Amino acid sequence: MCGAPFRDYNRGVVASKVSLFIPCFIDQLAPQVGVDVVRVLRRLGYEPDFPAQQTCCGQPAFNTGYWDEARPLAERFVRIFESAEAVVCPSGSCTTMVRNFYPELLAGTPLQEPAEQLGKRVFEFSEFLVKVAKKLDVGARFPHRVTFHDACHALRELRLKDGPRQLLRHVRGLELVEMPYVEECCGFGGGFAVKFDMISAAMGDSKAQNIEASGAEVVTSLDQSCLMHIEGMLRRSNARARTMHLASILAQEAE
Amino acid sequence: MSAAAREFLRRAAEKSGDLAHRQVVRFNMDQYEAAVARGHSRFTDWEAARERCRQIKWEAVNHLDRYLLEFETKVQERGGHVFWAETSEEARRYVCDLAVARGVKKVVKSKSMVTEEVHLTPALEKLGMEVFETDLGEYIVQLRNEPPYHIVTPAMHLNRGQIRDLFKEKLGGGATDDPPELVAVARRTLRQAFFSAEMGISGANFLVADAGMVAITTNEGNGRLCTSIPRIHVVMTGIEKVVPRLQDLAMLWPVLATSGTGQPITCYNTLLAGARRAGEVDGPEEFHVVLVDNGRSQLLADSEQRDVLHCIRCGACLNACPVYRAVGGHTYGTIYQGPIGSVLTPHLRGLSEFQHLSYASSLCGNCTDVCPVKIDLHHHLLHNRRNAIRAGTHPGPERRAMRLFRWTMMDAGRFRILGGVARASIRLAHALGLGGTALDPMRAWTRRRAPMVLPSTSFRSLWRKTDGFR
Repeated sequence: MCGAPFRDYNRGVVASKVSLFIPCFIDQLAPQVGVDVVRVLRRLGYEPDFPAQQTCCGQPAFNTGYWDEARPLAERFVRIFESAEAVVCPSGSCTTMVRNFYPELLAGTPLQEPAEQLGKRVFEFSEFLVKVAKKLDVGARFPHRVTFHDACHALRELRLKDGPRQLLRHVRGLELVEMPYVEECCGFGGGFAVKFDMISAAMGDSKAQNIEASGAEVVTSLDQSCLMHIEGMLRRSNARARTMHLASILAQEAE
Repeated sequence: MSAAAREFLRRAAEKSGDLAHRQVVRFNMDQYEAAVARGHSRFTDWEAARERCRQIKWEAVNHLDRYLLEFETKVQERGGHVFWAETSEEARRYVCDLAVARGVKKVVKSKSMVTEEVHLTPALEKLGMEVFETDLGEYIVQLRNEPPYHIVTPAMHLNRGQIRDLFKEKLGGGATDDPPELVAVARRTLRQAFFSAEMGISGANFLVADAGMVAITTNEGNGRLCTSIPRIHVVMTGIEKVVPRLQDLAMLWPVLATSGTGQPITCYNTLLAGARRAGEVDGPEEFHVVLVDNGRSQLLADSEQRDVLHCIRCGACLNACPVYRAVGGHTYGTIYQGPIGSVLTPHLRGLSEFQHLSYASSLCGNCTDVCPVKIDLHHHLLHNRRNAIRAGTHPGPERRAMRLFRWTMMDAGRFRILGGVARASIRLAHALGLGGTALDPMRAWTRRRAPMVLPSTSFRSLWRKTDGFR
């Protein structure tokens, strides 16, 4: 898993039919991100479906150590998406859960093998655009100065670094600027954000300062969870920058 | 919650709000990172070097029985003594008994985390002996009566002015904070100690099995003085430090130096084969090696986390860790700080007392990326969390909340309704102006962050109502 060299998971996947995996917190707290994913995919000619039975991949329980609580959710997820050709998820973290952690969580169960297979067909949103759809220009226009925050799971578990930046460079009018310490964690970390809120806030405070130092109006990323935390830190310190998920930037129409 | 966890939370709250402290750490880490980047560029393939080091340590750790015995035999053939200490108590007692038997009054120590781990210095002091740390950083924290702040740079948290004041008070130093002058003040005291001590104690960076030699790496030359001037030399180290062959050092030495400080190679790399032999001009009369287990063989039995024994104590994971950067080394309350400490300490000192350290991480994974022997550090934090839940150390309310979470998520309809109810209640509370106050239902979140604006509807409801936004 981590530490292993990046494997080209999408080799051989040519998807015409895609299924949406909208993480539970995006569903409940930031539905617009899901709407924007659909808009971008439709613009590229995909007609995504949304399996209505989906809920949560189980990561909150898994990361807290409650693997027995997470396992039935993982099994449920594998069954729901088993027949999907390709699954698109606007979260590096939830994609990591399915691709990297399901095989470990379901090891020794009948669903281990199906989970490993499914992991090869689940794509983080920007990864899908770059590697499967092979589109860097999705016809977006966003005339603002933007900085990209490397969300940890996307960066270190999925090894996504250049893809999202290439997508941003193809957005009309967008000026991409880098922030200092861009690969340093923002401090969200799931339950960590409330269990160790003082550490989380100190890390978020550094991130907010680095975003401000970049001069960007908007900070974007592949994980809405990081962005919610960053938004809270930016607003609290009366900083100028605002957060937007990558999908929401790419959904801005050119015409 | 364990006493250690309460103490961690208290110190973390204090340190993470201390901006001056964060700046000191940031300054040091910036310098370190620049040096390490230069260091990596000296390798034609840094990733290949990491992989080779992982293989060397893997081979050693997975054949520990063979290599340790080979090392022991070679040391004994040259008249050295090897003592196997199962616990820290046994390790302490061996050295204390030896010191008493030989009438030792003064001890000089080269930097060693294992001696910290077994609390050797206080034990010797209790017997009336004078113990000097001779690594400058260690000496500084010893004078301050503090534990090391960092496994490689023990006094990283202090600036020149603080060290000047300390030396003025304890060593009769002057008013200057010029580093060479400060070093000269410490050297005056330490040189006297080197020449009058009867016992020198060092750790080991590596134990070389095929040569039966102890490899010590320092930047100050103090290691050589500790191990060659006093008439007794004691090496105290963990059993995981053995490596199969002398030639393995050709890879491990530069990698350790690069990860530790960014240097191409550390200034002094010493190989010690034992006591002075006939015809040799220097070296101790007696040579003892104390091999400390202290929980390591239990880790060896844990096939999932055995690679923790690969650790060469370079400190790279501490430097890479955003939590370490926020809270600093003393907050951990452990001998080994940062990610390696959070993974290792529950194995050495008990999961129930130290499992909180596995949770005090955002799991960002930077530690795993920088580890030169490729220990799967952040995943082991996840494994420790799972082990803690299995051991049943967590409070009932959290368990019940997790069961409720599962029950909710096992049915999409249930999730939609309960999610909607929760959102509506929070929106109502926020509409009443409770957002961000003590009565905010999202208080755990908004204590440190501006309240978020919640949407009136969920994605799934929107999708259903609009038939996929058509």
